[in-house]
Amino acid sequence: MKFRVFRYNPDEDEQPYLQDFEVAAERGMMLRDALLQIKTQDEGFSFRHSCGEGVCGSDGVNVNGENKLACITPLAELKEPVVVRPFPGRPVIRDLVVDMSQFFQQYRAVQPWLIRKDPLPEHEILQSPEERERLDGLYECILCGCCSTSCPSFWWNPDRFHGPQALLTAWRFLADSRDQAADERLDELEGPYKLFRCHTIMSCVEACPKHLNPTRAIGNIKNLMLKKSI
Amino acid sequence: MALAKRHFDALIIGAGGAGLNAALQLANADARVAVVSKVFPTRSHTVAAQGGVNAALANVVPDSWHWHMFDTVKGSDYLGDQDAIEFMCREAIPTVYELEHNGVPFSRLDNGRIYQRAFGGQSQNFGGEQASRTCAAADRTGHAILHTLYQQNLRARTHFFDEYFAIELISDDEGAVLGALVMEIETGEPLLIEAKVTLLATGGCGQVFRTNSNAHINTGDGMAMALRAGVPLQDMEFFQFHPTGIHGKGMLISEAVRGEGGYLVNKDGERFMPRYAPHAKDLASRDVVSRAIVTEVKAGRGCGPRGDHVLLKADHLGEEVVAKRLPGIRESAIIFAGTDPAREPIPVYPTAHYVMGGIPTDRFGRVVIPARHGPEEAVPGLYAAGECACVSVHGANRLGGNSLLDILVFGRAAGLDIIGYLDANPNHRPLNSASVDAAMARFQRFEQPGEGIPVAELREEFQKVMEDHAGVYRTEAVMAEGVEKLKAIRERLDAVRLTDRSRVFNTARIEAFELANMIDVGMGIALSASQRKESRGAHSRPDYPERDDKNWLKHSLYFRDGDQLDYKPVRTRPLSVDSFPPKARTY
Repeated sequence: MKFRVFRYNPDEDEQPYLQDFEVAAERGMMLRDALLQIKTQDEGFSFRHSCGEGVCGSDGVNVNGENKLACITPLAELKEPVVVRPFPGRPVIRDLVVDMSQFFQQYRAVQPWLIRKDPLPEHEILQSPEERERLDGLYECILCGCCSTSCPSFWWNPDRFHGPQALLTAWRFLADSRDQAADERLDELEGPYKLFRCHTIMSCVEACPKHLNPTRAIGNIKNLMLKKSI
Repeated sequence: MALAKRHFDALIIGAGGAGLNAALQLANADARVAVVSKVFPTRSHTVAAQGGVNAALANVVPDSWHWHMFDTVKGSDYLGDQDAIEFMCREAIPTVYELEHNGVPFSRLDNGRIYQRAFGGQSQNFGGEQASRTCAAADRTGHAILHTLYQQNLRARTHFFDEYFAIELISDDEGAVLGALVMEIETGEPLLIEAKVTLLATGGCGQVFRTNSNAHINTGDGMAMALRAGVPLQDMEFFQFHPTGIHGKGMLISEAVRGEGGYLVNKDGERFMPRYAPHAKDLASRDVVSRAIVTEVKAGRGCGPRGDHVLLKADHLGEEVVAKRLPGIRESAIIFAGTDPAREPIPVYPTAHYVMGGIPTDRFGRVVIPARHGPEEAVPGLYAAGECACVSVHGANRLGGNSLLDILVFGRAAGLDIIGYLDANPNHRPLNSASVDAAMARFQRFEQPGEGIPVAELREEFQKVMEDHAGVYRTEAVMAEGVEKLKAIRERLDAVRLTDRSRVFNTARIEAFELANMIDVGMGIALSASQRKESRGAHSRPDYPERDDKNWLKHSLYFRDGDQLDYKPVRTRPLSVDSFPPKARTY
């Protein structure tokens, strides 16, 4: 199977380039398996990966123009030559490894932790199955970055627009019946950029390897703001 | 250029559940704490834990920490230390409540309490009916816990060194640990982190075996650093093979499938576990189920064209249970096995999963080694917690749901004990330049130019030797041959050369360090296993099929220096209750 892979080593290369590789594809192989084969052909080829089963979020890459997790992308689904690039819009460190610090900065900016003001009970804080169900489709995010790095609004304003990942997380806490900081969270999201730069292009929804829906989460935040302002 | 240095009260190496729970206690107590992790913290392998965390909350059926303790002692095949096990089972309850208060999105029961499911090896009333003790967030419990702990550490302003690889511990002539030399992966530059206390929380070493359920990063780095600092590894012969890895791939299908009512069948469609464990059946202890599967396959009752696996049935549970309780497993099975468990059975076979052994510690997380006076003494300034440590609460076999519990309880306990240690030791000890020089030499060890053995080639050979010679069934001859092969591989490590010697994000260089670590740890596994002449828990010897309490109710200690083995007694006295004496172990 033919691959064209983005290469750039700042120690050696003035410019990035695409390099062709041939991989012996077998039934059931994932893109990560192919990247590992390429690494045995050229150990200088760098990419992040770890769990191999789509839960750690390390190996997000851009393949044939779409952001995907390499370890759960079957080769059978890909057209040849398979063009593998780093996430768009992020500074490249080396080969497929990009600098994700702005992405994590936006995550931290939404105060991604449960805020509780009442004294804590001796037991668990009670939560009904229905209240808990509101967190499904939100808490499963693995911070891979496939969504935010496929979002045009985030490409243009990664310093000011929180991006789909961070906003999904913001809604995860707003939606949690145990959280007691909704007002502060909503106030923090005011202004033209942090939340409102989302133009519902929905690239994030298509890109999410965990089938989550950041666009809907963003809509829910906007609705809640509206309700609060009335 | 002068070596860059940073100073902290506490240095934590590893950002999984143990490291982050320790860091959280320390940061909440206003200690200056640095967490070094070779991957971004939420990529740590705690994220992959599926089923849940055990605690006798009694939310579903009556339960008590004492029953939990009995199950854990029995599950350990009586090799676990009963003081530590009592401590863990008692602490389980407040630990889970604390996690919930921190935000973990546990699944819920109708009355609003935390959902608990049945898991293997659990009983009510000291061996009676099945218990429901495993607190779960669907089948993504580890993910939910790891993300929550990371989030709380962000709130508490823990200092993170993301994508820094630990090279070597720094210690002084008295053996006190002074911090570690680490490498920033992005730049390839060394950094010396001096700390009053260092906690190793680097997780497991499943990558030593070819077919395993572990992440690429589980290479036993902390264990190997401890070995090189003169600390032995305890009970390394006890390596858990999880019964239900996806056949041919190794990734895990959680015990939660059987906890929710799934069961195993052979090629005749026979549900075979009742023959091996009449009472607990498919929810017998993991070592029992793994051996049963291997026995079925060896007896010619395996499934598939090669008869090399069995099937895990969950289709009778119905679409709704599978979708609600096992969504992540369903997704994995569809992607990797091409089967939807709600419709057809999953092909499974045992996969290398978890190391019961590790760096010896007491129940406060202090690393303890044999000393001149008495059987053990704490190493000043060194703690360990999580899978890299051996407290020992799992003994010869770990129960499902006790791993998340171990990392959380002992990560927390270590964090709390370190606060006291810092009060008693408020100053940094003087730096030892000889130790720094030795660590710097190690840092440069893969920089020699020239032709040599590629890392990937030697790693592949090593993993195959471990699988063939230290796997599920172990005989004298097979293991002796394995030890010799490992010694040869260890020597060839010196001939490893990198073709890529650039500094920036050089993953080949990281993998070379990891391979060196794995070989040290693998030797510990193989040598400890070859010397233990009995079958106990996960350590199964066809040539010594019985447990031998008279000669072998003791912990092994492997020292890297001279490949020496030593032994120490099992702590059979609990803290407040009567001891559980060894009994025949049936399920």
